[in-house]
Amino acid sequence: MSDSGIGARVPRKEDHRFITGQGNYTDDINLPKQTYAYFVRSPHAHAKLGRINTKAAEAAPGVVAVFTGKDVEADGIGGLICGWMIHSKDGSPMNAGPHPILASGKVRYVGDHVAVVIAESYAEAKAAAELVEVSYKVLPAVVDTATAATAKASVHDDIPNNTVFNWAIGDEDATAKAFSSASHVTTLDLVNNRLIPNAMEPRAAIGDYDGGSDSFTLYTTSQNPHVARLVLSAFIGIAPEHKLRVIAPDVGGGFGSKIFIYAEETVCVWAAKKVGRPIKWTAGRDEAFLADAHGRDHVSKAELAIDANGKIQALRVKTTANLGAYLSTFASSVPTYLYATLLSGQYNIPNIYAEVDTVYTNTAPVDAYRGAGRPEATYVVERLVETAARELGMDPAEFRSKNFVTEYPHQTPVIMCYDSGDYQDSLDKACALIKYDQFEKRRASSMRKGKMRGIGFSTYIEACGIAPSAAVGSLGAGVGLWESAEVRVNPTGNVEVLTGSHSHGQGHETTFAQLVADRLGIPIDQVEIVHGDTDKVQFGMGTYGSRSGAVGMTAISKALDKVEAKAKKVASHVMEAAEGDIEFKDGSFTVKGTDKAMAFGEVALAAYVAHSFPTDQIEPGLKEGAFHDPANFTFPAGCHICEVEVDPETGVTEIVDWVAVDDFGNIINPNIVEGQVHGGIAQGVGQALTENAVYDSGTGQLLSGSYMDYCMPRASDFPEFRLGFTVTECPTNPLGIKGCGEAGAIAAPAAVMNAVTNAIGVKEMDMPASPLNVWRALNASI
Amino acid sequence: MPEVSMVVNGQNVSGSCEGRTLLVEFLRENLGLTGTHVGCDTSQCGACVVHVNGKAVKACTELAAACDGSKVTTIEGVANGSLHPMQEAFRQHHGLQCGFCTPGMIMAAIDMVNTHGKKLSEDTIRHELEGNICRCTGYHNIVKAIKAGAKKM
Repeated sequence: MSDSGIGARVPRKEDHRFITGQGNYTDDINLPKQTYAYFVRSPHAHAKLGRINTKAAEAAPGVVAVFTGKDVEADGIGGLICGWMIHSKDGSPMNAGPHPILASGKVRYVGDHVAVVIAESYAEAKAAAELVEVSYKVLPAVVDTATAATAKASVHDDIPNNTVFNWAIGDEDATAKAFSSASHVTTLDLVNNRLIPNAMEPRAAIGDYDGGSDSFTLYTTSQNPHVARLVLSAFIGIAPEHKLRVIAPDVGGGFGSKIFIYAEETVCVWAAKKVGRPIKWTAGRDEAFLADAHGRDHVSKAELAIDANGKIQALRVKTTANLGAYLSTFASSVPTYLYATLLSGQYNIPNIYAEVDTVYTNTAPVDAYRGAGRPEATYVVERLVETAARELGMDPAEFRSKNFVTEYPHQTPVIMCYDSGDYQDSLDKACALIKYDQFEKRRASSMRKGKMRGIGFSTYIEACGIAPSAAVGSLGAGVGLWESAEVRVNPTGNVEVLTGSHSHGQGHETTFAQLVADRLGIPIDQVEIVHGDTDKVQFGMGTYGSRSGAVGMTAISKALDKVEAKAKKVASHVMEAAEGDIEFKDGSFTVKGTDKAMAFGEVALAAYVAHSFPTDQIEPGLKEGAFHDPANFTFPAGCHICEVEVDPETGVTEIVDWVAVDDFGNIINPNIVEGQVHGGIAQGVGQALTENAVYDSGTGQLLSGSYMDYCMPRASDFPEFRLGFTVTECPTNPLGIKGCGEAGAIAAPAAVMNAVTNAIGVKEMDMPASPLNVWRALNASI
Repeated sequence: MPEVSMVVNGQNVSGSCEGRTLLVEFLRENLGLTGTHVGCDTSQCGACVVHVNGKAVKACTELAAACDGSKVTTIEGVANGSLHPMQEAFRQHHGLQCGFCTPGMIMAAIDMVNTHGKKLSEDTIRHELEGNICRCTGYHNIVKAIKAGAKKM
């Protein structure tokens, strides 16, 4: 292994600009003659929209224009779309209500976009927005997930029971039969609490229109600029794709929330032509809380059937998922194919049946957030398994071992076919790392300090690199989920790689360059990764679902294969040898059995000079592209174990130890992979201990709408994480990569809640296990 | 509009701004120093931390006019020819991912060393980071970076 190739702990190439303040985020960009947008948002969760009087705002200092939904309609601009069609059990298509970019007829959540004020400065736009008079007829708000379907009010007037769809997967009868013959049934009522993603960079956009070329440019905080362009063009009708450039420069975290095509960004690019000047919008954190797509929000009843030998026979779950007021871009896929298909966990479960009802409420749209469905599935499975072990008086590690999948491929009853893994290995290594056999000693020691200690396991599995395209298409996806890459070798031998993946913290500029440097035998500083601009990269699906390693890098690898093949042809002519005798290793082309050799750079130059080969047979130049459509999902898995100490006096839970042993297949850069695990754990712990999006059940007002009300985890909430890895290579991509971006967030909530319930000896407790909730559980009789 | 003069990263600067203009707005918009970020509106996240007269300050909580006559250092001004040891430590220890909170983290970390000395315990670092939120790293490598950077300052 070289010091910069695959497997090396290379410090990141992109870091220099970030640590010196030279990052280039959307809000750092300013265009000549730029104006500023501020959105008038609904203060009501649910109301009929009456007259909107914009006169006073239009006359306010600095105001350039004010637009409402009527202007959007007059221009024939379409609404936002949901790109994944789900059908209900009865075969009917999901009920997708209209999702206008500026409200029309009704407002449906606090923060819904009613009008936009465009002014010479941000302050003037914001001040003038106060002068927009909107008359509302307030309607009763539908807020609660569990009761939305039976609420009297309708979020969308023509959609009955506030229901998006009633979906199911699995064999209901066979599952019922297994339950009826079970020797033990464990039942849990579980709430997967609603979260607000909170990437540290708020969303931002600059819309620009160039009259000379009749084309638009949108700078935006996107995880997938090409998908944004496609939707803005084909569905919303801003401009044809070739007349619309979407640039996602440095993006300050996404976690799913920047996948989606939102109203504000769309309004900026649409209105730029109307005002004839660039329009910039940057969300305040208050707006991020109100109008970024939220995550999770499931209410479930889950059951596990176990036979007399301690073998799991069936799992059944009924889930209600809150999708908010409108269907966000991929909202429908999250509580269905990204959730229920993972309900087999790491276990051999012969029978699974899941029913998922999804509902509209007068709350912000809910969509994918780090893990997207898989944390929810893991929470169901791992809380059930841990609870079952306790009820059976079995050791939770032993109960898991007894039920692990051990042979591959393993077909679950819910679509997924696991391709590789070794779940016992990661469990064993994690138990050794935390010294599981000495836990009772540690518990006794905590007890002497007046603390209640608990331990919790989470042996999770996830499915990443969602694919292949035809398969996801058959499940309702509106797009294919492949990735593209182009490798451009310059005449002087350095390389530009254009990728459809997008880096917003993942370090692609380093890991992707490591792959290229390793394959071509050139220094890593000779490789530049280009991404995030639809004018530079031909097309790409973007970064989410831990797909960029397994899918994006495989596309690069395929393009590198082609580069190597072409370079060999060129080298064979220059060195006057048969093509089959050319070997390529460590950056050098050699002729088998001779001392003839050419460096990679020399061959690159020869390819461009084109003096030494017949150009009617071999084209000049050295540039190759590839599209990669994976054959299957990848299946990262692992074991996280959490130990907590609960102070019974205050209800405060402290995480005192955390071990994680993950199997991500092959690892390109351990620093970056460990960083992904750390961050994922922190987000999962945030869900379990501190974070909670709360709407007032009567008015639908967001009560947790700032960092003073929504508790983001801080450095002092964590111990040092202790990580280990096992490796089973993914068989469906040449790099053997599985993906690592979401594992921590998927594993962590169940580990924490298993530990907390173990510490205080209760069966059920909802997240977050805040001091108040824990204290209440400990003092239930008071 | 008040005229404001200050020394920013060793350079004398002046400009006119509204009375309500925040220091962070003055830095980003008047001076083009976009390394200082705005991540919230309630002074919690710390992405905007700069040094005013040698002390860490959240630039979203300070009026530009109130900094008239002050010496301000931003992330753009901490490297002196070569990277500041704290910048280098963040790079070496992978103490950043998306990079958005990083300028504030580094400015807070330098202030932490100035206040508590070069031998920082993990507890001290974690406690002192109360006012800086990172969503990417789980703080693990930030804590390591600050500990290592402190020793080299």
